Amino acid sequence: MRTCLEIRNVTKEFPGVLANDHVNLQLRDGEIHAILGENGAGKSTLMKIIYGLYQADSGSVSLYGQEMHFTSPRQAIQAGIGMVHQHFMLIPALTAAENIVLGGEPGKVHYRRKENEEMVRQLSKQYHLEIDPSVKVSDLTVGLQQRVEILKVFYRKAKVLILDEPTALLTPQEVEELIGVMERLRLQGIPIIFISHKLDEVKKVSDRVTVMRAGRTVATVETNQTTPQELANLMVGREVVLQVAKPPQEPGSVVLRVDGLVVVQGHAERVKGVTFEVRRGEIFGLAGIDGNGQFELVEAITGLLPAKSGRIVFKGRDITKTSVHRRTAAGISYIPQDRQADGLILDFQLAENFVLRDFTRPPFAKAGQLQMGAITHHAERLSESFDVRPRRIHSLAGNLSGGNQQKVILAREVSRDPELLIAAQPTRGLDVGAIQFIHDKLLDLRREGKAVLLVSLELEEIMSLSDRIGVIHDGRLMAILPGGHVTREQLGLLMTGVNPEKEG
Amino acid sequence: MFWHILSQPELWAATLAMATPLALPALGGTFSERSGVTNIAMEGIMLIGAFFGVYFAYLTNNAWLGLVGALVAGALISLIFAWITVSIGANQVVVGMGINIFAAGLTTFMLNTIFGYGGTPPSIPHLPNLNIPGLSRIPFVGPALGQQNVVVYIMLLLVLAGHYFLFHTNLGLRLRAVGENPQAADTAGLNVWNLRYLGVIIGGILSSLGGVYLSLGLLNSFEPNMSSGRGYIALAAMIFGKWTPLGSLGAALLFGFATALSIYLKGTPHVSTNIVQMLPYALTILALTGLVGRSTMPAADGTPYDPRK
Amino acid sequence: MRKYVRGVLTPLVSVIVALLIGTVVMLATGHNPFQAYGALLSGAFGSTYALSNTIAGAIPLILSGLGVAIGFKAGLFNIGAEGQYWIGSMVAVWVGYSVTGLPPLLHITLAIALAMLAGGLWAGVIPGLAKALVGAHEVITTMMMSYIAIFLTQFMVENGPMMEKGFTPQSPLIRSSVMIPKIIPRTQLSWGLLIAVAAAFVVYWLLFKTTVGFRLRAVGLNVRAAKYAGINVPLYTVLALFFSGLLAGLAGAVQMLGVQQRLYDSFNSGYGFTAIVVALLANNNPFGVILSAIFFSALATGGQSMQLVSGVPAQLTDVVSGIIIFLIAAKKLMQIVQTKIAQTKWSKHQNLGSEKGAQ
Repeated sequence: MRTCLEIRNVTKEFPGVLANDHVNLQLRDGEIHAILGENGAGKSTLMKIIYGLYQADSGSVSLYGQEMHFTSPRQAIQAGIGMVHQHFMLIPALTAAENIVLGGEPGKVHYRRKENEEMVRQLSKQYHLEIDPSVKVSDLTVGLQQRVEILKVFYRKAKVLILDEPTALLTPQEVEELIGVMERLRLQGIPIIFISHKLDEVKKVSDRVTVMRAGRTVATVETNQTTPQELANLMVGREVVLQVAKPPQEPGSVVLRVDGLVVVQGHAERVKGVTFEVRRGEIFGLAGIDGNGQFELVEAITGLLPAKSGRIVFKGRDITKTSVHRRTAAGISYIPQDRQADGLILDFQLAENFVLRDFTRPPFAKAGQLQMGAITHHAERLSESFDVRPRRIHSLAGNLSGGNQQKVILAREVSRDPELLIAAQPTRGLDVGAIQFIHDKLLDLRREGKAVLLVSLELEEIMSLSDRIGVIHDGRLMAILPGGHVTREQLGLLMTGVNPEKEG
Repeated sequence: MFWHILSQPELWAATLAMATPLALPALGGTFSERSGVTNIAMEGIMLIGAFFGVYFAYLTNNAWLGLVGALVAGALISLIFAWITVSIGANQVVVGMGINIFAAGLTTFMLNTIFGYGGTPPSIPHLPNLNIPGLSRIPFVGPALGQQNVVVYIMLLLVLAGHYFLFHTNLGLRLRAVGENPQAADTAGLNVWNLRYLGVIIGGILSSLGGVYLSLGLLNSFEPNMSSGRGYIALAAMIFGKWTPLGSLGAALLFGFATALSIYLKGTPHVSTNIVQMLPYALTILALTGLVGRSTMPAADGTPYDPRK
Repeated sequence: MRKYVRGVLTPLVSVIVALLIGTVVMLATGHNPFQAYGALLSGAFGSTYALSNTIAGAIPLILSGLGVAIGFKAGLFNIGAEGQYWIGSMVAVWVGYSVTGLPPLLHITLAIALAMLAGGLWAGVIPGLAKALVGAHEVITTMMMSYIAIFLTQFMVENGPMMEKGFTPQSPLIRSSVMIPKIIPRTQLSWGLLIAVAAAFVVYWLLFKTTVGFRLRAVGLNVRAAKYAGINVPLYTVLALFFSGLLAGLAGAVQMLGVQQRLYDSFNSGYGFTAIVVALLANNNPFGVILSAIFFSALATGGQSMQLVSGVPAQLTDVVSGIIIFLIAAKKLMQIVQTKIAQTKWSKHQNLGSEKGAQ
């Protein structure tokens, strides 16, 4: 079998992050090759390099033995690389046929509606991807939109099909149909790269699997000669767990109770009936792969997203319909995962950001007037005790480094003396020192008898800090396990939707 | 009495004449906004067209060459507009405002510098009225439609051509694509910047023609601020016409009718022309808020394209 | 300190570049730019009369400019200040002539308060709610409401209840009890100046010293973070447009009570549009608005004497204003120019340093 696409020693570094570290990959003609890895493992960086959106710092990409140097997606498309992005590149106001031929319309001036639609119909028959070419894309289901995307790729005579997390937005039935499509395409000899973090799908559809972890390709294996267990191990790795001094401690009364919570965003149900409790003096870790509803769950608890059904009870009071403002005042602190988009106003001064959640309350405001003295004092105190650098409380938050920005948010949320702290990805993108600092603060809160709900995509973090661990998959809690005795393999399987107890 | 007014062919002739300087910039705005560039500069570009039409007609002693000169001037000013908004990515509404102020100042400044403070000379050639042979002899229809200025007929042809271009050509498809989702258009291999320049410049040329109609078609002279808000009514017509050429024409005809009617009603007691003049703006707000057939703008209208985002 | 220098630098460079382009235009059309700009300066500031008219002309610009600036601060583009100005004017004049028997201070306060309320509602109710509830773009809605306002005022004076008997369409004269007294007699400069300056302080206080201003600015800078901060975003969207219209209405009231004293059949003040330029040049800083309003007022008053003395048509000042807008809007372009300048300066310093080192 010929080698179609070959990646050799590709390395790509962003400021402070080695996104791809000597990545190697061989795609053979007529195979479905899965790339499996957690979020942040470097899968999408690699795909963007193949597609010409990023340029590699070193290493090579070759197509049928010829080395390629793409500087734009256009060149990649012309060379025969077809990519279906996780977020579709479609124009909802145009019809399926218009979307498919756009940029390569037959004929010179006149748009041949009838002919184009007929041609698309033929194309869709040829690849067994039935769609109605004359329907506007905005009127199609997500699954059908994906077909339009795939047809777009074949209309451009792609030699390779790359599917980037194609099942992320699909219903189970649509996933089944997609798998059928992929199998038919394999029969036609079209090589497919299939990017996923879902073990069961990878196992079901692929011929070979390349596992990525922390920017590296750790192994390529034949799918039928491996087990989900082995793949999970490869995915999550076996690095030394950060040692955290965590004295045992008896948790106290229940602070937060979430009961049968359902959250809908857009049209999709993202949280599908979740029930759990967080108690005083414990850190409850919520583990899961990105996109499984954990952040929608958190936003519903903080009041940023409405709950469709279910109840949220905080200190015995039902807060399901209470405003963000009230929930904050009642003693819920929240470190959002995207510090620049949600947690801070970058064009506000540090001092203003320090009171972002409490600026209406004394001592920071009296009778609607901001108390500059109190605000300044507060900012000075916090930036000193949390060591925010540079310590200029009147400079803009946007001028701080990421670590210091996170310290501002942490300082603000912790200093509010909350009953419950919700921390979503509190250490994302930070250096070791800053991570240590933030972990220490979370443990301090635990010691003080506060309740902490920690949501993280990093297993290490969850495992080293949590007293109890809930694993979320596809909007459902798979299990709640005691923190001390769980293995990363157990968690890894649960996170990918496999429940060993049920299946075993 | 009302039916008496409606049966006057002059009212309908005036409607068409009043609709033309609205329909042309509205069509122009449609092109610009369909490509994703919010355009409130029609008012200023009309003034540019009106002045340079007169100026070049004066220089060449030929109204048609005046028209060509005006269109070139309109294309140039919209090139500047496109450069600042598309290439540099500046706020399109702010720059549109700037164009309007700049154009009002420039045209009056040049009028006074070149022609002095007495206005343009009356000897400037103007664009002719046409007698459509068969049409003009039919009673009622003839006087209403058959004896208009040549630009009126050009406008009608351009609206049809514009409709064909936007909705039945490959290029029109591409233009609409960049106005809806520039990132998707980019990955499909389209050049977002070039297409937006095209949309803005076509828009400028059409707005400029609207101005030429005022100066060389209707009045035979240039007066300061002679567009007198028509660029903004055109904006309303474009929105009310749901960003389509035929819809823009329809809205322009409706608004033109309102204007013609308000002229006819002038001096009539109990009917206020001012109230009639509010109609275009009130309808546009109703259309935008969805109270009268929801009007939705192109999805990427007003957003500069930055491929890194 | 550096912050203030940076804040002033961009507008200053824009103004200078625009004036230089004006110079080129004058040279190209055979005028003497020194004479023209000299005439402009002395026409705007050269005598008590000139100066007082320049400042008087700045008053409505300060007030409506503050209104536009508040909108911008909350992320909203109120392009319809002109209409809100006329609504305010109409209400102020109506209260001015129809209400009788009030002591001056009370009468003035009443007229101004109702005018402000009217302007605020004009911007806040339809454009504000349309934005907050269905996302209708405020640029379009405020502009459309502006034209409706103008025709409404025109109707009131031409055919409506505010028409005065006689041949020229105009409203009755407002009562003397409601006229804002002049600072300098026989000029246009009234104590409205005090109101304008006070308004700048109030807007500054509101924006930067109150929780309401904190919310407005938060909504303007980052809607998601504003929600996270517990702010009711739709409410503050409406409120921002309300405040914006309030100040434009105040501008109309002060102009009517202080200068115009009745409505004439002419509804093209241009203040509403210039207000946008004023706010842009001031980078939405309330005190900057005072300076930039005086600058544009000076261009307008000085432009007239420039035309008389040097023969350069006064509309050159509009050309200059337009170019200022382009330059401010094209911030990136200015940044490129500024870094280039900084680089040349830097290399000069280095050269100087090396020369010193050589000695």
